[in-house]
Amino acid sequence: MKKLNVSILQFPGTNCEYDTVWAFRRLGHETTLVWHKEEQLPETTDLVVVPGGFSYGDYLRSGSIARFSPVMKAVQAYAGEGGRVLGICNGFQILTEAHLLPGALKRNNNLHFISRIQHLKVVNTDNAFLNLCQKDEVLSIPIAHADGNYFIDDETLDDMERNGQILLRYCDAEGNPMVVNGSVRQIAGVCNADKNVFGLMPHPERAMESILGSEDGIRMLEGFGFA
Amino acid sequence: MKAIVNVYLKEGVLDPQGKAVHHALGSLGFTNVTDVRIGKQIVLQLEETDREKAMKELKEMAETLLANTVIEDYDIEIVE
Repeated sequence: MKKLNVSILQFPGTNCEYDTVWAFRRLGHETTLVWHKEEQLPETTDLVVVPGGFSYGDYLRSGSIARFSPVMKAVQAYAGEGGRVLGICNGFQILTEAHLLPGALKRNNNLHFISRIQHLKVVNTDNAFLNLCQKDEVLSIPIAHADGNYFIDDETLDDMERNGQILLRYCDAEGNPMVVNGSVRQIAGVCNADKNVFGLMPHPERAMESILGSEDGIRMLEGFGFA
Repeated sequence: MKAIVNVYLKEGVLDPQGKAVHHALGSLGFTNVTDVRIGKQIVLQLEETDREKAMKELKEMAETLLANTVIEDYDIEIVE
């Protein structure tokens, strides 16, 4: 495994940054918290993580204000040069708002905040994130969101499917597709066309200990150190 | 100058809030309603006095921040 320097962003309202720090340290990586007012990322950054929470109180749209924070310019530049970026939950919303990932996340179909452990099917493993997972394997990972209803037009979605950009889909314990929040084709996570920017609604950083319900998050987050 | 920007989900993008309100209206006996869409109204006070300039600027605001054009449409109205 390659030891990584993981830069974890912090916006007003972020609340998963310490879980994320703990998860990556548990995997043997170094972590640095980066306040949103910073205009530069630490020079040694190997991976940027935009963690979960409620940046700017989810005002206007989830992620829509955070996307204009000074640090996001640095993240845009970093991603533009091929740097790896992972957005979890609110981080996923911020990355779609910043157009670093295609699509958008709408209010859940049933209008509820859904918080539970959810089965996910691994769709593509040919990337820097899920390379230690098996294609079609079923993972068990917590979800906790109100705006996780992924939407994109059919034509772009077909292109993404062909290009292997769909990472995860919601499913039942047997791996059958399951409608959770109304996402098109049950999508729970995607990446960009260059496969260096990743986003997902589920929280792998909360699935690092079997005593807390699941340790499937280890296999997911570990991938970056082996890519 | 006062302007109103209305932002709403595009046609063809399911509006879960509109659907829930539609259902609730039906339960209350308002059975004539065939569709409900919920949007946001953003009211802005501007220092600009030139209508055309204001419109251009408002459009830029809508495109960059006020609406997410992947899922939303908007319209702009200068009211005074």
